[in-house]
Amino acid sequence: MSKRRVVVTGLGMISPVGLDVASSWENILAGNSGIKPITHLDIEPFSVRFGGPIYGFDIEQYIPKKEARKMDKFIHYGIAAADQAIRDAGIEATDENANRIGVVVGSGIGGISGIEQGYAAYLKGGPRKISPFFVPANIVNMVAGHISIINGFKGPNISIVSACSTGAHCIADGMRMIQYGTSDVIVAGGAEMATSPTGLGGFAAARALSTRNDDPQGASRPWDKERDGFVLSDGAGVVVIEELEHARARGANIYCELVGAGMNSDAYHMTSPSPGGEGAAECMRLAMEDGGVNPEEVAYINAHGTSTPAGDVAETMAMKRAFGDDAYKLAVSSTKSMTGHMLGAAGGAEAVFTILALRDQVAPPTINLDNPDPECDLDYVPHTAREMPMEVALSNSFGFGGTNGTLAFRLFKD
Amino acid sequence: MRGAWIALYWRKNTKMSSIEERVKKIVAEQLGVGEDEVTPEASFIDDLGADSLDAVELVMALEEEFECEIPDEEAENITTLQQAVNYINANG
Repeated sequence: MSKRRVVVTGLGMISPVGLDVASSWENILAGNSGIKPITHLDIEPFSVRFGGPIYGFDIEQYIPKKEARKMDKFIHYGIAAADQAIRDAGIEATDENANRIGVVVGSGIGGISGIEQGYAAYLKGGPRKISPFFVPANIVNMVAGHISIINGFKGPNISIVSACSTGAHCIADGMRMIQYGTSDVIVAGGAEMATSPTGLGGFAAARALSTRNDDPQGASRPWDKERDGFVLSDGAGVVVIEELEHARARGANIYCELVGAGMNSDAYHMTSPSPGGEGAAECMRLAMEDGGVNPEEVAYINAHGTSTPAGDVAETMAMKRAFGDDAYKLAVSSTKSMTGHMLGAAGGAEAVFTILALRDQVAPPTINLDNPDPECDLDYVPHTAREMPMEVALSNSFGFGGTNGTLAFRLFKD
Repeated sequence: MRGAWIALYWRKNTKMSSIEERVKKIVAEQLGVGEDEVTPEASFIDDLGADSLDAVELVMALEEEFECEIPDEEAENITTLQQAVNYINANG
Protein backbone atom coordinates (compact mmCIF):
# COMPACT_ATOMS: atom_id res chain seq x y z
CA MET A 1 0.00 0.00 0.00
CA SER A 2 1.41 3.36 -0.94
CA LYS A 3 1.51 6.06 1.69
CA ARG A 4 -1.39 8.46 1.86
CA ARG A 5 -0.13 11.92 0.87
CA VAL A 6 -0.11 14.71 3.46
CA VAL A 7 -0.51 18.40 2.62
CA VAL A 8 -0.39 21.58 4.67
CA THR A 9 -3.63 23.56 4.68
CA GLY A 10 -3.41 25.91 7.66
CA LEU A 11 -0.81 27.97 9.54
CA GLY A 12 -0.86 29.75 12.91
CA MET A 13 1.71 31.54 15.03
CA ILE A 14 2.35 33.58 18.13
CA SER A 15 5.99 34.64 18.06
CA PRO A 16 8.38 37.33 19.24
CA VAL A 17 8.20 38.81 15.72
CA GLY A 18 4.40 38.85 15.48
CA LEU A 19 1.13 37.69 16.98
CA ASP A 20 -0.03 36.09 13.73
CA VAL A 21 1.50 34.46 10.65
CA ALA A 22 1.30 37.47 8.31
CA SER A 23 3.03 39.95 10.60
CA SER A 24 5.63 37.38 11.71
CA TRP A 25 6.51 36.52 8.12
CA GLU A 26 6.70 40.17 7.12
CA ASN A 27 9.16 40.84 9.93
CA ILE A 28 11.21 37.74 9.12
CA LEU A 29 11.57 38.73 5.45
CA ALA A 30 12.49 42.26 6.49
CA GLY A 31 15.15 40.94 8.87
CA ASN A 32 13.53 42.50 11.94
CA SER A 33 14.51 41.09 15.32
CA GLY A 34 11.85 40.39 17.95
CA ILE A 35 14.33 40.26 20.82
CA LYS A 36 13.81 42.78 23.61
CA PRO A 37 14.52 43.54 27.27
CA ILE A 38 12.49 41.29 29.61
CA THR A 39 10.12 43.46 31.63
CA HIS A 40 7.71 40.90 33.11
CA LEU A 41 10.20 39.64 35.72
CA ASP A 42 12.24 41.26 38.45
CA ILE A 43 15.10 40.98 36.01
CA GLU A 44 17.93 42.86 37.71
CA PRO A 45 19.53 39.84 39.50
CA PHE A 46 19.67 37.73 36.32
CA SER A 47 22.82 37.43 34.23
CA VAL A 48 20.58 37.50 31.12
CA ARG A 49 18.02 40.32 31.02
CA PHE A 50 16.53 40.00 27.54
CA GLY A 51 14.78 37.43 25.40
CA GLY A 52 11.85 36.90 23.10
CA PRO A 53 8.84 37.11 25.43
CA ILE A 54 5.38 37.66 23.98
CA TYR A 55 4.14 41.15 24.81
CA GLY A 56 0.87 42.77 23.71
CA PHE A 57 -0.94 39.43 23.42
CA ASP A 58 -4.53 39.23 24.68
CA ILE A 59 -5.83 35.71 25.22
CA GLU A 60 -9.37 37.07 25.59
CA GLN A 61 -9.39 37.49 21.81
CA TYR A 62 -9.49 33.69 21.74
CA ILE A 63 -11.15 32.40 24.91
CA PRO A 64 -13.09 33.89 27.86
CA LYS A 65 -11.12 35.25 30.81
CA LYS A 66 -12.70 32.70 33.13
CA GLU A 67 -11.22 29.84 31.11
CA ALA A 68 -7.91 31.60 30.51
CA ARG A 69 -7.28 31.84 34.27
CA LYS A 70 -7.12 28.05 34.47
CA MET A 71 -4.15 27.64 32.12
CA ASP A 72 -0.50 28.46 31.97
CA LYS A 73 0.52 30.90 29.27
CA PHE A 74 2.12 28.22 27.11
CA ILE A 75 -1.40 26.85 26.65
CA HIS A 76 -2.70 30.32 25.76
CA TYR A 77 -0.11 30.61 23.00
CA GLY A 78 -0.89 27.12 21.72
CA ILE A 79 -4.63 27.74 21.68
CA ALA A 80 -4.15 31.02 19.81
CA ALA A 81 -1.79 29.61 17.18
CA ALA A 82 -4.05 26.58 16.70
CA ASP A 83 -7.11 28.79 16.34
CA GLN A 84 -5.36 30.77 13.61
CA ALA A 85 -4.29 27.61 11.80
CA ILE A 86 -7.72 25.99 12.05
CA ARG A 87 -9.44 29.11 10.70
CA ASP A 88 -6.86 29.38 7.94
CA ALA A 89 -7.55 25.78 6.96
CA GLY A 90 -11.30 26.26 7.26
CA ILE A 91 -11.69 23.02 9.23
CA GLU A 92 -14.77 22.56 11.39
CA ALA A 93 -15.77 19.51 13.38
CA THR A 94 -19.02 17.83 12.34
CA ASP A 95 -20.70 14.63 13.50
CA GLU A 96 -19.19 12.92 10.46
CA ASN A 97 -15.56 14.10 10.63
CA ALA A 98 -14.84 14.81 14.31
CA ASN A 99 -13.38 11.38 15.01
CA ARG A 100 -10.98 11.78 12.10
CA ILE A 101 -9.42 15.07 13.28
CA GLY A 102 -6.66 14.94 15.87
CA VAL A 103 -4.36 17.24 17.79
CA VAL A 104 -0.63 16.69 18.31
CA VAL A 105 0.73 19.80 19.99
CA GLY A 106 3.48 19.61 22.61
CA SER A 107 5.74 21.76 24.71
CA GLY A 108 9.35 21.41 25.72
CA ILE A 109 8.82 22.35 29.35
CA GLY A 110 5.11 22.98 29.86
CA GLY A 111 3.73 25.18 32.61
CA ILE A 112 6.95 26.12 34.36
CA SER A 113 5.73 29.56 35.41
CA GLY A 114 2.45 28.11 36.67
CA ILE A 115 4.36 25.47 38.62
CA GLU A 116 6.53 28.17 40.16
CA GLN A 117 3.48 30.17 41.18
CA GLY A 118 1.73 27.13 42.62
CA TYR A 119 4.79 26.20 44.62
CA ALA A 120 5.11 29.76 45.89
CA ALA A 121 1.48 29.60 47.10
CA TYR A 122 2.28 26.34 48.90
CA LEU A 123 5.37 27.77 50.58
CA LYS A 124 3.39 30.80 51.71
CA GLY A 125 0.20 29.14 52.89
CA GLY A 126 0.71 25.39 52.97
CA PRO A 127 -1.07 22.69 50.98
CA ARG A 128 -4.51 24.27 51.41
CA LYS A 129 -3.36 27.12 49.15
CA ILE A 130 -2.64 24.88 46.17
CA SER A 131 -5.23 25.64 43.49
CA PRO A 132 -7.46 22.83 42.23
CA PHE A 133 -6.34 23.95 38.77
CA PHE A 134 -2.64 23.58 39.60
CA VAL A 135 -2.27 20.26 37.80
CA PRO A 136 -4.53 20.76 34.76
CA ALA A 137 -3.21 24.30 34.25
CA ASN A 138 0.37 23.18 33.88
CA ILE A 139 0.75 19.66 32.52
CA VAL A 140 2.15 19.57 29.01
CA ASN A 141 -0.65 17.70 27.25
CA MET A 142 -3.33 20.17 28.32
CA VAL A 143 -2.37 22.33 25.34
CA ALA A 144 -3.52 19.55 23.01
CA GLY A 145 -6.41 18.81 25.36
CA HIS A 146 -7.77 22.34 25.25
CA ILE A 147 -7.41 22.59 21.47
CA SER A 148 -9.46 19.38 21.18
CA ILE A 149 -12.09 20.54 23.67
CA ILE A 150 -12.50 23.99 22.13
CA ASN A 151 -12.82 22.66 18.59
CA GLY A 152 -14.58 19.35 19.18
CA PHE A 153 -11.83 17.31 17.53
CA LYS A 154 -12.26 13.71 18.71
CA GLY A 155 -9.29 12.02 17.05
CA PRO A 156 -5.90 11.41 18.71
CA ASN A 157 -5.00 13.98 21.35
CA ILE A 158 -1.36 13.84 22.41
CA SER A 159 1.68 15.94 23.16
CA ILE A 160 5.18 14.86 22.30
CA VAL A 161 7.87 16.22 24.61
CA SER A 162 11.34 16.27 23.10
CA ALA A 163 12.85 19.57 24.21
CA CYS A 164 13.65 21.79 21.22
CA SER A 165 12.58 19.10 18.74
CA THR A 166 9.05 19.00 20.17
CA GLY A 167 7.34 21.00 17.43
CA ALA A 168 9.03 19.09 14.61
CA HIS A 169 8.33 15.74 16.21
CA CYS A 170 4.67 16.60 16.75
CA ILE A 171 4.29 17.49 13.07
CA ALA A 172 6.19 14.34 12.07
CA ASP A 173 4.00 12.12 14.21
CA GLY A 174 0.87 13.85 12.95
CA MET A 175 2.04 13.12 9.41
CA ARG A 176 2.42 9.44 10.30
CA MET A 177 -1.12 9.31 11.70
CA ILE A 178 -2.47 10.62 8.43
CA GLN A 179 -0.24 8.39 6.30
CA TYR A 180 -1.24 5.36 8.32
CA GLY A 181 -4.93 6.17 8.13
CA THR A 182 -5.56 6.91 11.80
CA SER A 183 -6.72 10.44 11.00
CA ASP A 184 -7.52 12.67 8.03
CA VAL A 185 -6.57 15.98 9.63
CA ILE A 186 -4.08 16.77 12.39
CA VAL A 187 -3.48 20.08 14.15
CA ALA A 188 0.23 19.86 14.94
CA GLY A 189 2.98 21.99 16.46
CA GLY A 190 4.45 23.28 19.69
CA ALA A 191 3.92 25.94 22.35
CA GLU A 192 6.22 27.36 25.00
CA MET A 193 6.41 29.94 27.77
CA ALA A 194 9.78 29.42 29.42
CA THR A 195 10.83 32.98 30.28
CA SER A 196 9.92 32.39 33.93
CA PRO A 197 12.40 32.95 36.77
CA THR A 198 13.57 29.33 36.91
CA GLY A 199 13.28 28.85 33.13
CA LEU A 200 15.46 31.84 32.33
CA GLY A 201 17.66 31.24 35.36
CA GLY A 202 18.08 27.56 34.55
CA PHE A 203 19.22 28.07 30.99
CA ALA A 204 21.46 30.93 32.14
CA ALA A 205 22.99 28.68 34.82
CA ALA A 206 23.74 26.10 32.13
CA ARG A 207 25.61 28.87 30.30
CA ALA A 208 23.40 28.16 27.29
CA LEU A 209 22.25 31.76 26.80
CA SER A 210 23.82 34.80 25.20
CA THR A 211 24.70 37.45 27.78
CA ARG A 212 24.80 40.32 25.30
CA ASN A 213 22.64 42.49 27.56
CA ASP A 214 23.81 45.73 25.96
CA ASP A 215 22.61 44.64 22.50
CA PRO A 216 19.63 42.27 22.71
CA GLN A 217 18.81 42.45 19.01
CA GLY A 218 22.38 41.53 18.12
CA ALA A 219 22.49 38.61 20.58
CA SER A 220 21.15 35.83 18.37
CA ARG A 221 23.86 35.63 15.71
CA PRO A 222 24.09 32.12 14.34
CA TRP A 223 27.40 31.16 12.68
CA ASP A 224 28.95 34.53 13.57
CA LYS A 225 32.36 34.54 15.29
CA GLU A 226 30.98 36.57 18.18
CA ARG A 227 28.02 34.31 18.98
CA ASP A 228 27.81 33.39 22.66
CA GLY A 229 24.67 31.33 23.19
CA PHE A 230 21.00 31.28 22.31
CA VAL A 231 18.24 33.73 23.18
CA LEU A 232 15.31 32.34 25.18
CA SER A 233 11.94 33.01 23.55
CA ASP A 234 8.27 32.13 23.94
CA GLY A 235 5.38 31.52 21.55
CA ALA A 236 3.71 28.83 19.48
CA GLY A 237 3.73 27.55 15.93
CA VAL A 238 0.96 25.28 14.68
CA VAL A 239 0.08 23.83 11.29
CA VAL A 240 -2.94 21.97 9.99
CA ILE A 241 -1.89 18.95 7.97
CA GLU A 242 -4.35 16.93 6.00
CA GLU A 243 -4.70 13.91 3.77
CA LEU A 244 -4.50 15.09 0.16
CA GLU A 245 -7.86 13.79 -1.09
CA HIS A 246 -9.59 15.11 2.01
CA ALA A 247 -8.15 18.56 1.35
CA ARG A 248 -9.08 18.41 -2.33
CA ALA A 249 -12.62 17.27 -1.63
CA ARG A 250 -13.33 20.34 0.42
CA GLY A 251 -11.45 22.69 -1.92
CA ALA A 252 -8.87 23.64 0.70
CA ASN A 253 -5.95 25.91 -0.06
CA ILE A 254 -2.84 23.71 -0.19
CA TYR A 255 0.39 25.40 0.87
CA CYS A 256 2.68 22.49 0.07
CA GLU A 257 3.18 18.80 0.67
CA LEU A 258 4.78 17.36 3.80
CA VAL A 259 6.64 14.48 2.21
CA GLY A 260 8.87 13.12 4.92
CA ALA A 261 10.34 13.28 8.39
CA GLY A 262 13.47 12.07 10.12
CA MET A 263 13.83 11.30 13.81
CA ASN A 264 16.86 9.88 15.53
CA SER A 265 19.17 10.26 18.48
CA ASP A 266 22.77 11.29 19.00
CA ALA A 267 23.09 8.81 21.88
CA TYR A 268 26.00 10.95 22.99
CA HIS A 269 25.47 13.71 25.60
CA MET A 270 22.73 15.54 27.51
CA THR A 271 23.28 18.90 25.86
CA SER A 272 26.23 18.74 23.41
CA PRO A 273 25.75 17.62 19.80
CA SER A 274 27.52 14.49 18.61
CA PRO A 275 30.99 15.09 17.16
CA GLY A 276 30.98 16.10 13.52
CA GLY A 277 27.20 16.47 13.59
CA GLU A 278 26.79 12.75 12.99
CA GLY A 279 23.31 12.49 14.52
CA ALA A 280 21.97 15.59 12.78
CA ALA A 281 23.37 14.43 9.41
CA GLU A 282 21.67 11.06 9.75
CA CYS A 283 18.41 12.80 10.71
CA MET A 284 18.43 14.91 7.52
CA ARG A 285 19.27 11.80 5.50
CA LEU A 286 16.36 9.93 7.07
CA ALA A 287 13.95 12.75 6.27
CA MET A 288 15.02 12.81 2.64
CA GLU A 289 14.83 9.04 2.36
CA ASP A 290 11.39 9.00 3.98
CA GLY A 291 10.14 11.67 1.60
CA GLY A 292 11.68 10.21 -1.55
CA VAL A 293 13.80 13.36 -1.88
CA ASN A 294 17.11 13.40 -3.75
CA PRO A 295 19.64 15.56 -1.90
CA GLU A 296 20.17 17.73 -5.00
CA GLU A 297 16.46 18.66 -4.96
CA VAL A 298 16.84 20.40 -1.61
CA ALA A 299 17.32 24.13 -2.17
CA TYR A 300 16.69 25.58 1.28
CA ILE A 301 17.19 24.46 4.87
CA ASN A 302 15.68 26.29 7.80
CA ALA A 303 18.44 25.35 10.23
CA HIS A 304 18.21 24.70 13.93
CA GLY A 305 20.92 27.41 14.13
CA THR A 306 20.57 28.49 17.74
CA SER A 307 23.68 30.68 17.93
CA THR A 308 25.54 28.45 20.38
CA PRO A 309 29.29 28.00 19.80
CA ALA A 310 29.14 24.18 19.53
CA GLY A 311 25.73 23.69 17.94
CA ASP A 312 26.26 25.94 14.92
CA VAL A 313 29.52 24.20 13.99
CA ALA A 314 28.00 20.74 14.45
CA GLU A 315 25.00 21.56 12.25
CA THR A 316 27.29 22.95 9.55
CA MET A 317 29.36 19.75 9.63
CA ALA A 318 26.15 17.73 9.58
CA MET A 319 25.02 19.42 6.38
CA LYS A 320 28.36 18.70 4.75
CA ARG A 321 28.09 15.11 5.88
CA ALA A 322 24.55 14.75 4.54
CA PHE A 323 24.98 16.69 1.28
CA GLY A 324 28.69 16.41 0.49
CA ASP A 325 30.00 19.23 -1.70
CA ASP A 326 26.40 20.10 -2.61
CA ALA A 327 26.09 21.55 0.89
CA TYR A 328 27.72 24.70 -0.52
CA LYS A 329 24.85 25.08 -3.01
CA LEU A 330 22.21 25.09 -0.29
CA ALA A 331 20.64 28.24 1.05
CA VAL A 332 20.68 27.77 4.82
CA SER A 333 19.21 30.25 7.24
CA SER A 334 18.37 30.57 10.89
CA THR A 335 15.16 32.44 11.58
CA LYS A 336 16.19 32.13 15.25
CA SER A 337 18.49 35.08 14.50
CA MET A 338 15.23 37.09 14.64
CA THR A 339 12.88 35.06 16.85
CA GLY A 340 15.37 33.69 19.33
CA HIS A 341 14.85 30.11 20.44
CA MET A 342 11.23 29.23 21.17
CA LEU A 343 12.27 25.77 22.47
CA GLY A 344 9.36 23.36 22.03
CA ALA A 345 7.57 25.88 19.83
CA ALA A 346 10.59 26.42 17.58
CA GLY A 347 9.94 23.43 15.34
CA GLY A 348 6.35 24.53 14.84
CA ALA A 349 7.20 28.15 14.08
CA GLU A 350 10.08 27.19 11.81
CA ALA A 351 7.92 24.70 9.93
CA VAL A 352 5.61 27.65 9.23
CA PHE A 353 8.54 29.76 7.99
CA THR A 354 9.80 26.90 5.82
CA ILE A 355 6.35 26.39 4.30
CA LEU A 356 6.08 30.12 3.55
CA ALA A 357 9.59 30.12 2.06
CA LEU A 358 8.40 27.46 -0.39
CA ARG A 359 5.16 29.28 -1.12
CA ASP A 360 6.86 32.61 -1.78
CA GLN A 361 10.06 31.12 -3.26
CA VAL A 362 12.17 33.21 -0.94
CA ALA A 363 14.79 32.21 1.62
CA PRO A 364 14.55 34.21 4.85
CA PRO A 365 17.78 35.84 6.00
CA THR A 366 20.11 35.13 8.89
CA ILE A 367 20.60 38.48 10.57
CA ASN A 368 23.62 39.57 12.64
CA LEU A 369 25.98 37.39 10.60
CA ASP A 370 28.66 40.07 10.34
CA ASN A 371 31.81 37.96 10.64
CA PRO A 372 31.22 34.30 9.85
CA ASP A 373 33.09 31.74 11.93
CA PRO A 374 35.69 30.13 9.61
CA GLU A 375 34.33 26.74 10.64
CA CYS A 376 30.91 27.82 9.40
CA ASP A 377 31.38 28.37 5.69
CA LEU A 378 28.03 27.57 4.05
CA ASP A 379 25.67 30.04 2.40
CA TYR A 380 23.62 31.28 5.36
CA VAL A 381 21.70 33.98 3.42
CA PRO A 382 23.23 36.78 5.51
CA HIS A 383 21.29 39.95 6.33
CA THR A 384 18.71 40.00 3.54
CA ALA A 385 16.08 37.61 2.24
CA ARG A 386 16.73 36.04 -1.14
CA GLU A 387 14.27 35.19 -3.88
CA MET A 388 15.21 31.84 -5.36
CA PRO A 389 13.53 28.84 -6.94
CA MET A 390 13.00 26.01 -4.48
CA GLU A 391 11.38 22.64 -4.92
CA VAL A 392 12.13 21.05 -1.56
CA ALA A 393 12.93 22.66 1.79
CA LEU A 394 13.94 21.07 5.09
CA SER A 395 13.40 22.27 8.63
CA ASN A 396 15.82 21.06 11.32
CA SER A 397 15.23 20.82 15.06
CA PHE A 398 17.64 19.36 17.60
CA GLY A 399 17.01 19.08 21.32
CA PHE A 400 18.62 18.45 24.69
CA GLY A 401 18.94 14.73 25.16
CA GLY A 402 20.40 14.42 21.67
CA THR A 403 16.98 14.17 20.06
CA ASN A 404 16.77 15.21 16.41
CA GLY A 405 13.93 15.97 14.03
CA THR A 406 13.88 17.03 10.38
CA LEU A 407 10.82 17.78 8.26
CA ALA A 408 10.85 17.70 4.44
CA PHE A 409 8.39 19.89 2.54
CA ARG A 410 7.88 19.86 -1.23
CA LEU A 411 6.05 22.25 -3.55
CA PHE A 412 2.66 20.69 -4.17
CA LYS A 413 2.11 19.12 -7.56
CA ASP A 414 -0.64 16.73 -8.58
CA MET B 1 -31.43 55.79 73.26
CA ARG B 2 -33.53 55.24 70.17
CA GLY B 3 -30.83 56.95 68.11
CA ALA B 4 -28.24 54.51 69.39
CA TRP B 5 -30.40 51.53 68.39
CA ILE B 6 -30.86 52.96 64.93
CA ALA B 7 -27.12 53.51 64.60
CA LEU B 8 -26.45 49.92 65.68
CA TYR B 9 -29.07 48.55 63.28
CA TRP B 10 -27.65 50.63 60.47
CA ARG B 11 -24.07 49.51 61.18
CA LYS B 12 -25.11 45.86 61.27
CA ASN B 13 -26.92 46.10 57.94
CA THR B 14 -24.03 47.93 56.33
CA LYS B 15 -21.67 45.21 57.45
CA MET B 16 -24.04 42.54 56.16
CA SER B 17 -24.46 44.11 52.78
CA SER B 18 -20.76 44.69 52.42
CA ILE B 19 -20.12 41.00 53.07
CA GLU B 20 -22.71 40.13 50.48
CA GLU B 21 -21.18 42.55 48.01
CA ARG B 22 -17.71 41.20 48.59
CA VAL B 23 -18.86 37.61 48.14
CA LYS B 24 -20.88 38.52 45.06
CA LYS B 25 -17.87 40.21 43.51
CA ILE B 26 -15.67 37.16 44.12
CA VAL B 27 -18.28 34.76 42.75
CA ALA B 28 -18.73 36.87 39.64
CA GLU B 29 -15.00 37.11 39.05
CA GLN B 30 -14.24 33.45 39.75
CA LEU B 31 -17.08 32.12 37.63
CA GLY B 32 -16.86 34.71 34.87
CA VAL B 33 -20.47 35.88 35.23
CA GLY B 34 -22.07 39.29 35.74
CA GLU B 35 -22.70 40.39 39.34
CA ASP B 36 -26.41 40.76 38.48
CA GLU B 37 -26.56 37.02 37.76
CA VAL B 38 -25.29 36.19 41.25
CA THR B 39 -28.64 36.20 43.02
CA PRO B 40 -28.85 34.94 46.61
CA GLU B 41 -30.30 31.56 45.64
CA ALA B 42 -28.52 30.94 42.30
CA SER B 43 -26.62 27.67 42.43
CA PHE B 44 -22.95 28.07 41.56
CA ILE B 45 -22.94 24.77 39.69
CA ASP B 46 -26.45 24.47 38.24
CA ASP B 47 -27.11 28.13 37.45
CA LEU B 48 -23.74 29.87 37.16
CA GLY B 49 -21.80 27.28 35.17
CA ALA B 50 -19.23 26.25 37.78
CA ASP B 51 -17.67 22.79 37.69
CA SER B 52 -16.36 20.93 40.74
CA LEU B 53 -12.90 22.51 40.43
CA ASP B 54 -14.40 25.99 40.12
CA ALA B 55 -16.34 25.35 43.33
CA VAL B 56 -13.15 24.40 45.19
CA GLU B 57 -11.32 27.43 43.92
CA LEU B 58 -14.23 29.69 44.80
CA VAL B 59 -14.10 28.56 48.41
CA MET B 60 -10.33 29.19 48.44
CA ALA B 61 -10.97 32.71 47.18
CA LEU B 62 -13.51 33.29 49.96
CA GLU B 63 -10.99 32.03 52.52
CA GLU B 64 -8.46 34.48 51.15
CA GLU B 65 -10.87 37.42 51.16
CA PHE B 66 -12.25 36.81 54.65
CA GLU B 67 -9.05 35.45 56.17
CA CYS B 68 -10.68 32.31 57.44
CA GLU B 69 -10.41 28.57 56.95
CA ILE B 70 -13.49 26.76 55.66
CA PRO B 71 -13.33 23.00 56.41
CA ASP B 72 -14.07 20.72 53.44
CA GLU B 73 -17.28 19.38 54.98
CA GLU B 74 -18.55 22.95 55.38
CA ALA B 75 -17.35 23.97 51.94
CA GLU B 76 -19.53 21.31 50.36
CA ASN B 77 -22.59 23.10 51.74
CA ILE B 78 -21.68 26.44 50.24
CA THR B 79 -23.43 26.26 46.89
CA THR B 80 -25.11 29.68 46.68
CA LEU B 81 -24.35 33.28 47.51
CA GLN B 82 -26.77 33.17 50.45
CA GLN B 83 -25.10 30.08 51.91
CA ALA B 84 -21.68 31.70 51.58
CA VAL B 85 -22.87 34.90 53.28
CA ASN B 86 -24.56 32.91 56.05
CA TYR B 87 -21.40 30.90 56.67
CA ILE B 88 -19.20 33.99 56.83
CA ASN B 89 -21.66 35.79 59.13
CA ALA B 90 -21.72 32.79 61.44
CA ASN B 91 -18.01 32.09 61.40
CA GLY B 92 -16.26 35.20 60.12
